[in-house]
This record gives sequence, structure tokens and C-alpha cells, in this order.
Amino acid sequence: MSRTFSLGGIHPHDKKISANREIGEFPLVDTAYISMSQHLGSLSEPVVAKGDRVLTGQLIAKSTGFISANIHSPYTGIIHNIEPWPDLSGNMVLHIIVKVEEDEWIKGIDLDPSVERNIKLSKEEIIKRIAECGIVGLGGAAFPTHIKLTPPPGKKADILIINGAECEPYLTSDYRLMMEKAEELLVGTKIMMKALGVEKAVIGIEENKPGAIKKLKDTARKDYSEIEIESLKKRYPQGGEKQLIDALVRRRVPSMGLPIDVGVVVQNVGTAVAVYEAVQKNKPLIDGIVTITGDCLPDQRNFRLRVGTTFEKIIDVVGGMPQEAVKVLSGGPMMGKAISKLTAATVKSTSGILFLSQEQTKRAPENNCIRCSKCVQACPMGLEPYLLNKLARASRMDDLEENMIQDCIECGCCAYTCPSCIPLLDNIRIAKASVLKIMRSRARK
Amino acid sequence: MNTVLLTVLVLSILGLVLALVLYFVAQKFKVEEDPRIDGVQEILPGANCGGCGEAGCRAFAENCVKAESLDSLFCPVGGNETMKMVAEYLGRTIDEKAPRIAVVRCNGTCENRPRTTIYDGYVSCSVMAALYAGESECRWGCLGGGDCVAVCKFDAIKMDGVTGLPVVDEDKCTACGACVKACPKAIIELRNKGPKNRRIFVSCVNKDKGGIARKACGVACIGCGKCEKICPFDAITINNFLAYIDPDKCKLCRKCVAECPTGAIHEINFPVRLPKKEEAITVEQ
Amino acid sequence: MKKLLVSPAPHIHGQESTSKLMRDVIIALSPSVAVSVIFFGLSAIKLVLVGVLSAVILEYLIQKYLMKTKVTIGDYSAIVTGLLLALNLPPSAPWWIALIGSAVAIGVAKMTFGGLGQNLFNPALVGRVFLLVSFPVIMTDWAIPESFITGADASSGATALSIVKEGLSRGMTMDQIFNANNFSYGEMLLSKIGGSVGEVSSLALLLGFIYLLARKVITAHIPLSIIGTVMLITGIFYLADPLHYPDPVFSVLTGGILIGAIFMATDYVTSPMSKKGMVLFGAGIGLITVLIRYFGAYPEGVSFAILIMNATVPLINMFFKPKRFGKEVKNG
Repeated sequence: MSRTFSLGGIHPHDKKISANREIGEFPLVDTAYISMSQHLGSLSEPVVAKGDRVLTGQLIAKSTGFISANIHSPYTGIIHNIEPWPDLSGNMVLHIIVKVEEDEWIKGIDLDPSVERNIKLSKEEIIKRIAECGIVGLGGAAFPTHIKLTPPPGKKADILIINGAECEPYLTSDYRLMMEKAEELLVGTKIMMKALGVEKAVIGIEENKPGAIKKLKDTARKDYSEIEIESLKKRYPQGGEKQLIDALVRRRVPSMGLPIDVGVVVQNVGTAVAVYEAVQKNKPLIDGIVTITGDCLPDQRNFRLRVGTTFEKIIDVVGGMPQEAVKVLSGGPMMGKAISKLTAATVKSTSGILFLSQEQTKRAPENNCIRCSKCVQACPMGLEPYLLNKLARASRMDDLEENMIQDCIECGCCAYTCPSCIPLLDNIRIAKASVLKIMRSRARK
Repeated sequence: MNTVLLTVLVLSILGLVLALVLYFVAQKFKVEEDPRIDGVQEILPGANCGGCGEAGCRAFAENCVKAESLDSLFCPVGGNETMKMVAEYLGRTIDEKAPRIAVVRCNGTCENRPRTTIYDGYVSCSVMAALYAGESECRWGCLGGGDCVAVCKFDAIKMDGVTGLPVVDEDKCTACGACVKACPKAIIELRNKGPKNRRIFVSCVNKDKGGIARKACGVACIGCGKCEKICPFDAITINNFLAYIDPDKCKLCRKCVAECPTGAIHEINFPVRLPKKEEAITVEQ
Repeated sequence: MKKLLVSPAPHIHGQESTSKLMRDVIIALSPSVAVSVIFFGLSAIKLVLVGVLSAVILEYLIQKYLMKTKVTIGDYSAIVTGLLLALNLPPSAPWWIALIGSAVAIGVAKMTFGGLGQNLFNPALVGRVFLLVSFPVIMTDWAIPESFITGADASSGATALSIVKEGLSRGMTMDQIFNANNFSYGEMLLSKIGGSVGEVSSLALLLGFIYLLARKVITAHIPLSIIGTVMLITGIFYLADPLHYPDPVFSVLTGGILIGAIFMATDYVTSPMSKKGMVLFGAGIGLITVLIRYFGAYPEGVSFAILIMNATVPLINMFFKPKRFGKEVKNG
């Protein structure tokens, strides 16, 4: 029996049309634009200057403050400039711009593809290495991994969950990674178990990926018996941290709490492989698996894509912008961001680029709420989106807080399911940010 | 007949007892309040707009009565007249303040500022601003979502259907500042209304370099500094490639308006310039 | 260059829409309409047509000329209201009764509140109760007009509930009433017993119920809670005094319990949002229905019960919140 989370959820068509395409190498680009904001937290600070020559894998910007991460050069080349450049939403962020030359890797990185199973580093060394290599969570939020692996004093993790749910429609990057790097993933999981000092790890995979489940079970059976492979029902948002913990170990993260409050740390499969590469091969996080897909795209692909590649370049490589495409997303259709600037470049946590047609994505005009309660039934957090939307439009912050808007995970189930096509999440998202701000300023007092 | 009498009697006694209860409760829980607060509140416009920074007119009236001096208190809706009356009522004096008005500092019409993307979400500036830089290349300008229109309690600001920009109704605007707070791009500013309602301001908030600003919008301030140089009163300063005219120093000489190469400086309510003069200049040239 | 579309997530939308949901309700009602046409012939067709057409036309006129807003008859909700109203009328009712009912339902109960989604009370029921109070004779005349099955003679009929109520008041016991009228459960399912147009066949209503559940238009909470409560309370009465109270199955199969529970109480707009609230709402309807039946002047009380509970929905929504995911707040 497959498991699943207990409240709400929806069943969008999964459209994993790029599932059978093996991971390909993306060609070298001419110019790379490396954002200093590739993670949650403060901007990284460049440690190179205009005109410097950098090698692939060289540190080019270092972490500032507690929540931040190092950034390494994805290419060999000359620093053309360090200046603000638009990110995918058109806001200016400091970028390091590199004129790319022939690849020349910096010394100390093991490029041998054979799997290194023996974990030599100690617990502290592992966390230090992960921080040095600039590993961030690749599930979407891009939270620096070394912080997640260092629970705050007084909190103790007893189980590690690896998120292989990939519940977003269209995306197949995690699936391909599980298929092609199964053993690396399991070693990466073991490394993180050692870093956390936990005895047990569970990898949760939705049952629409039977290949990945079988592959990982077969690999794990031999040498990795402490890692469980669990199959999950196909249901969105299974990959949400709180939902995944509920589904796999039946623990409920409290309101405003973190997974560590119930003794759990969740990491994405992509992160686990990145951890493996950092710890066993000393390779910093400079690339990731990216699905380039969409029904209107003639050729869907999965690429190993280096950080700092512009969306323009990617569109060129897959054969130009499809005629019917009106919207380009970074990420999946439920939580991805619409790209407004194609000159922007990919970041560490980019997992997919999706082309949608007018018919698929154009919003229908909003009608009256008929109080059908479909949003209430779909909300995985047990909230009342119809009410939150109404209160948000009236800016009634106290009532919003009382109705737990701060628990919203912004999964979009409510807006997806609304028969009156009310853009429920648009307003809820904004009001949630305001309520959290009010709550934080109150906590400070 | 008996029933009628009984009913009247019972109801009367009931009424009497309840009235007594109410009276004693009111006495016991009476809150001592300065009667002048009511007096001041009556003078105030009663719009409860929050323009003074208080939650409503009652709170403002309380402040007026409590405060040592009225100098830091001002009701933007009622203006000087109301404040004078409040001061008179409380037996104090107050300086007159220059009347102000909301000014929209963006002229990025669809023509001046070509749109490069199409927004398809809930139409609200706060939602748009949280999502991305805006429909045009200019990431500073008006988003056109109409949040300022939604918060205006005086029906004094409207979206122009053609330009997609908000327009302030000079007669209705009370300078309460609600739109200033609502605008996520900080485009709207409260400026002095000026003599005969005449005022000059830079209708742009783009802080990008001149080239970038110009590419995004035909009427952007490019920070060239020509206005700063020509201004005889040192009223214009340029910061981050953006000119700002200090309304207190500006003497409305209109020199900067003619000098601005992109037409970003706007003059309002001035008589039309005499064409003769311009002809004269061309002849001279 | 192409202008890209930009919007906040989510970027895709499910297949649901208001008109599709309403269409499903209409489909679910069609077996009942078909059965009523078989039983009551032209008079049923006439009432349904007048009810539906007048509801749609009135909504159009009010929105277009009175409220001057967007006309939303395309969402089919007016059709559902007209249909439900017609199905709640006695088959012998004249056509203008349906017209007045629709006018009250759409004009008073729906549009004065602001249209679809804004009304507090179920419009069809407000129409029906208005008629019941204004035209008590017509609305309780259960004469069966000419039908395709029973031939030309219009037989006078009475609802099972009114027969029972009358019988009991004359001092008869339940067994005597049952034997005197040849009641049987099989007949009640396909029903020849008098009643509203739509109440004729319990089987047809149940068919619609199953369809609505299968299409996930409604959840089973409200109907099951109503039926369960009615069975429970009537069961207690029946066990205490089987001679003078009907058994629970009879209570559920007769009167408007089924059509009310399946189609009227589950109206989205006028029912609670959370599942806990739905169960409470249904229980309230069940309780009030039985109370009216046993202790009130009317033999039937579903309409009144639903309307009374409609009024409590905002309160129920305020106090009965859905189960939150992580209720307890983090310490420290």
C-alpha cells in the first residue's frame, strides 16, 4: 500500500513527457551570468575582480552572514564585469559575468565517474565541506544545506527523509537523477545520515515513477539496508516538506514550526547527489539537472546544465521559442515562476523550464464565489482559502492570523481547483507575507 | 380588561427595573473623558481616513486635546481652516501650513513606455510588485494595478483608461496620503499645492543609468543634470541619475521645464506659453 | 519579440467550472424529471418548462436592466433553481404557480442578495415556502392529473405523510393506516403515492445522488447526516411506540427527505464549508424535520428545516473550522 498525506491535495495530470530522455550534456555557452543571489539569505560577496581569469570550480563569491552560501565558477574564463543584471523577474541583482573559454577544472576535484562508496570524512568535516562547496537545497527554496544539517541546540533529528516525490507535473529531473545516479544518491544519503547522526533514512517516491522505485530498491538492497525506499500515491503537493513528513512517518510539523521540531530533516534527491559530489569528489555545486519541457515543445530534454546559462541560450539549444508558447516558467506549473526576462540566467536551484500555451495557462475571468468548499477540501494545510482571500482583499490582518494564513504553503491547490477561477493564492500570498511581518515584529518586542 | 392592565403593569415594572439596572451600571463603569474631545471631534471632517497618522478622527481629537502644542498635528482633509477652528476651540494658536496635494510621478503611458510582457494575475499593484518588475522594461514606474484608486476615500484618484496611469482630481484630493502608502513603487508624493495651484515636478522615479532609463521609457529622467545647472535657486538635486525638485526652494520660474531633453519635468496649471516668444527665439537662431 | 505572459503561480487550472458543476446537477436531476413526466404527463412538463424558463429569463432581465451587471445565466444556476422549484410543486399546480415561485426564488431570494453565491437562503426553497404560505390550498392539493400510466381519470391523492397524520389524528394505529392504504416499500421506491413532482420516485433521486457523488460535485456528508438523523430520531419514536409512529425507513422514503437531502441541502451557497459543519448542518435539518412532522401543523417539514438551518450557516462557518494541519504553536 502506498502512503500519502492526510489532508487535502489535488490530482493534476502529471505530464511527465520528458521522463524517458536521458540526461544530456548542455553545450558550453559564450557568456555566463552568475547571480550572487542563488540561495535563501544574504547575497554572496564576489572575491574576484573584473579582468581576472577563473577556472571551472573556483570560488568566485563567498558566503556572507549565517544564512548564505559560497558560489563557484561554472566555467573557465575571464571576468567580464561584476554588475547588476536582471533576474528572471526583471529585478536587478549583482551578477558576475564571465566570458567563457575552453574548460579547465581547478585542481583537487575528482572528475572520475566511478562511485566512491567509502565515507572518509568525519561529521564535522562533512558539514564544513558541504558549506565550502556551496550546496543549497535543490527542492526549490534553495536553503543552504549545511545549516539544515546542523540542527539548532536542543533539537535532535532521528530520521532523514529524502524527497523524491517530484509531485510537480512535467518535471522529470529528479526522476532522471534517481535512474542514472542511484548509487551516488544512496551514498549522499548516507553522508547526510552521518552528518546528522541519525540511524534511519527514508526515500519517498511517487508511484508514477515505478522505474525509479525499482532501481533504488534494487541498489539499496545490497549495501544500504538502513535506507528505506517508500512508494507514495500520486498526489500534489506530496513534495511539500510538511506533507512528505506526514505521509512517510505520520508526524505533524506544528504551525510555524520546522521539520526539526518533530525530529526530521528533509532533503531533495538532487541535494543528496550534490552532497555526494561535494564530499566524495570535492566538486562544488556548479550545475544541476534541468528538465526542458512543454507540450508545445517538439523535443523535450533533460540536461546537466551549469549555473549562469541564460534562458535565451537554452531556448536556442532546444530549437527556438515554440510558436504556441506564451509563457515560460522556471520550475513546474504549480509553484514555478513565470520568466519575464529571457536574458536572465539559471541558478543552482533551477529544476525545469516549461513552455505553456495560451490554452493551458491563460486565466479565465473571475466569477462569484459559490462557496462550493472545493478549496477547503483541497487545502493540504486545512485552511479556508475562500475566507482568507476575502479577508486578504479587505486587509483584515488580525482575522487572517486567527485563521492561520501563516500556515499557507503556497502550493496553489485552492486556485487550481476553484470552479469560479478566483485567483485565490495571489492575494493570500501577499497577505501571508504581511501577517508574517507583523508576527515577527511582535515577537521581537 | 384585566389582562390588558396586567400586561401594561408587568411591562412597566420590567422597564423600570431594567432602566435602574442600566443607570447603575452606567454610573459604575463610567469612563471620565475630557468633554473637549467631543467638541474637537465635531469640528473634524469625520472621514476617518487616517491621513493624520491616527486610526480615526476620534484618536486625532484626543491627541489634539492632550498635546502641548498643535504644531505637529495636522488634519490634511480639513486643512488650515479646520485646524484654525480646533486651535480656537482649545484656546491655542497654530501656524498655517501650505496646502498639499498628491502628485503621480510617472508618465509611462503605453506609448512612452512599451510593454514587454503581459500580466495575467489578479490586478493589484501589491501582487504585481511582489511578483516581478512590471510589464515594461522600467522597473521603477507605475504598475497600473490601481491600488491607489482602491484606497482613496475621497474618490480623488482615477485610472486613465488610455494611459493606464492614475490621475489625481485636484478639487477632491485632500492630501491624506493613503495613496502614497498604498503605492508599492513609491511613485506618488505629497507636494505643496503651490500658488494658484501651480507646481513643477519631475514626473519620473527611475534611478537607472540614463541609457537604460531612456531605453525603457521615452519620457524618463536620465539624470543628465541640465536642469540642476540651469536652476537659479538650487532647488534641483540629482541622486542616482534622478532629478528631484525641492518644492520649498522652487520659485516656479519654469526654466527647467524647457531645458529637460526628455520632457520628464512637468508644469501644471500654468498659462500656455506664448507662441510669439518661441518664434522670436527661432528667428534669433 | 513575443510578449511573454506573466502571472503568479499556479500556472495551470483544473477542469472544474461553475457551469460544469451546475450541468452535473441538472444531469443528476434528469432521472427524476423523466419519472415525473411518465407519472404526471403534460402537467409535469408544463411546470418544469415554466419554472426553468421563467427563472432564466428573470435572471437575465434583472441582471441586464435592473442591476446593470454582467449577465451570468451562462453558469446554468438559474436553470437549477427553476428545475428544483418545479420539482417541489404538486403536479396539479397551475402554470402560474411555477412562474410566481420562480419570480420569488430569483428575484427575492437570489438577486436581492447580489446574485449567485451571495444568497443566504436556498432560492428554490424560498420560492416554494412562499407559495406554500400564500397558496396553501393549491400547494397541498395532491390530486394526480392525467398521466401516461394511470390513464385519463385524475385521481385525488394525498401524500403518505398527510395520510398518516390524518389517520393518527382520527385515532388509528400505524398498522391500520398501512393496511388501509396498501403502503409498501417497493412502491415507495418507484412511488405511486402522491407528492411533489420530483418526490415521486426515490430510486430516481438516489440515482442522481450516486451520479453527483461519482462526479465529486457534492460530498456525502450532508445527505447522509440528514438521513441518518431522521432515521435515528424516528427510530427512537418507533421503538418507544410502534403503534403511533411510522418506522424509520418509511420516514426517510416519504415526503421530501430525499430530494431535500440530496439536492436542496447540498446547495453550495447555502451550506457550510467544513465537513464538521456539514454534518452538524445535516443533523439540524434532520432534527427540525422530524419535530415539524410530529409536533407541527404541517405534515412535512423538510423545506422549513433547510431554510432554518440555512440561517445558521454563517455561524456554523465561524465556529466549525476544518481540521488544521498543525494546530499547536511552536514553543519559544
